[in-house]
Amino acid sequence: MTEASDPAAAALFTYALRLGDDALVLSQRLSEWASRAPEIEEDIALTNIALDLLGQARALLDYAAVVEGGTRDEDDLAYVRTEREFFNVHLVEQENGDFAHTIARQLFFSTYQLFLYEELISSTDELLAGVAAKGVKEAAYHHDHAAQWTVRLGDGTDDSRRRMQAAVDRLWPFTAELFDADDVEKGLAAQGVAVDPATLRPRWERAINDTFATATLVIPPTVWTSHGGRRGVHTECFGYLLAEMQYLHRLHPGASW
Amino acid sequence: MTVPVALATGGTAVEQAWAVSCAVADPELPLVTIGDLGIVRAVDIDAQGCVHVALTPTYSGCPATAVIRQDVVDALHDAGFGQVELRTVLAPAWTTDWITEAGRRKLNDNGIVPPSGVAEQGRVDLAFSVRCPRCESLDTRLVSRFGSTACQAMYRCASCLEPFDAIKPY
Repeated sequence: MTEASDPAAAALFTYALRLGDDALVLSQRLSEWASRAPEIEEDIALTNIALDLLGQARALLDYAAVVEGGTRDEDDLAYVRTEREFFNVHLVEQENGDFAHTIARQLFFSTYQLFLYEELISSTDELLAGVAAKGVKEAAYHHDHAAQWTVRLGDGTDDSRRRMQAAVDRLWPFTAELFDADDVEKGLAAQGVAVDPATLRPRWERAINDTFATATLVIPPTVWTSHGGRRGVHTECFGYLLAEMQYLHRLHPGASW
Repeated sequence: MTVPVALATGGTAVEQAWAVSCAVADPELPLVTIGDLGIVRAVDIDAQGCVHVALTPTYSGCPATAVIRQDVVDALHDAGFGQVELRTVLAPAWTTDWITEAGRRKLNDNGIVPPSGVAEQGRVDLAFSVRCPRCESLDTRLVSRFGSTACQAMYRCASCLEPFDAIKPY
């Protein structure tokens, strides 16, 4: 990696990639629902959400490329980095599973992203503040969508409740990582550039608790938690996602429609 | 519903560049122009004669953005402006409140309901009834919060039974 030698720029580069990779990878996962959703309205909903996230990812990856010094562009960052160079959390790379799994993943992530963007609007970094100002409206819509489905499935039939709870139980261990902060976040947060994600956790837990109460779902006991995505260590399924996402560009570099 | 416009005081050339940019049709909703939608944020001409246009995306991932950018460049070239520079402004974020009165009328006349209410007053879970663009009934139902483009939702009229699109307040 040709990371910027200036430590402040290197931190900003990493932070922009962390936020951008979350959006990019979740966008890729949601795109897998195209033509496969349970009903046409959901097909459109999930791919619309994917499109919003892709837009956020492009702005953030483009910014990371500029901060790095312009040797790479957004496409290089999306399509030519290897698995260990991606800094997204494990939650967003988890497979779609059934519709309940996708909704649980959406609820956990969109609640986090909504609160993150609400704070990031005040960033002293003009680009990050701009992405957040735009993204906060999208995240609010994504959160409403996920929360409504969580209630409908949780407080639904015996089968939908069982499957929604199973999805929550399966994905819960991946939620702790959303609030991991290392020197990158802490250092940039001290300068007013970044948001320390650990500060979002109490609000996030309250919001999830409220939705689960209405949905008659329960938060499972925390047996283990998953970490490492922010350092480029990923779960097994991520390699397969990257292979599919990057295949065309690696085979035909610079291909366009 | 005034749009904050950084219209330079450069006289007629700037005004012409402004008008040409605003007249570009939206590629997904060609019945309205990008001026109607409020996404042209600033037009300026520098000392070298280069036109600078600031555009703001409606949604982060709006696929029309790239087409709009090219269309603005082409329109300005066709109008005789040789050099054109575009820039994207993200803040303040676009809101449906910036759709002009003329734009709202055109949408409604073409069966797409303009946003009901104002987006900028914060998030309130109450919404105005959406009026059917065909029979004007207020007895309409939201079918899907997501529609054929990023900015629309799908409704159905319970009176005339027609489905229709509406721009969501955003």
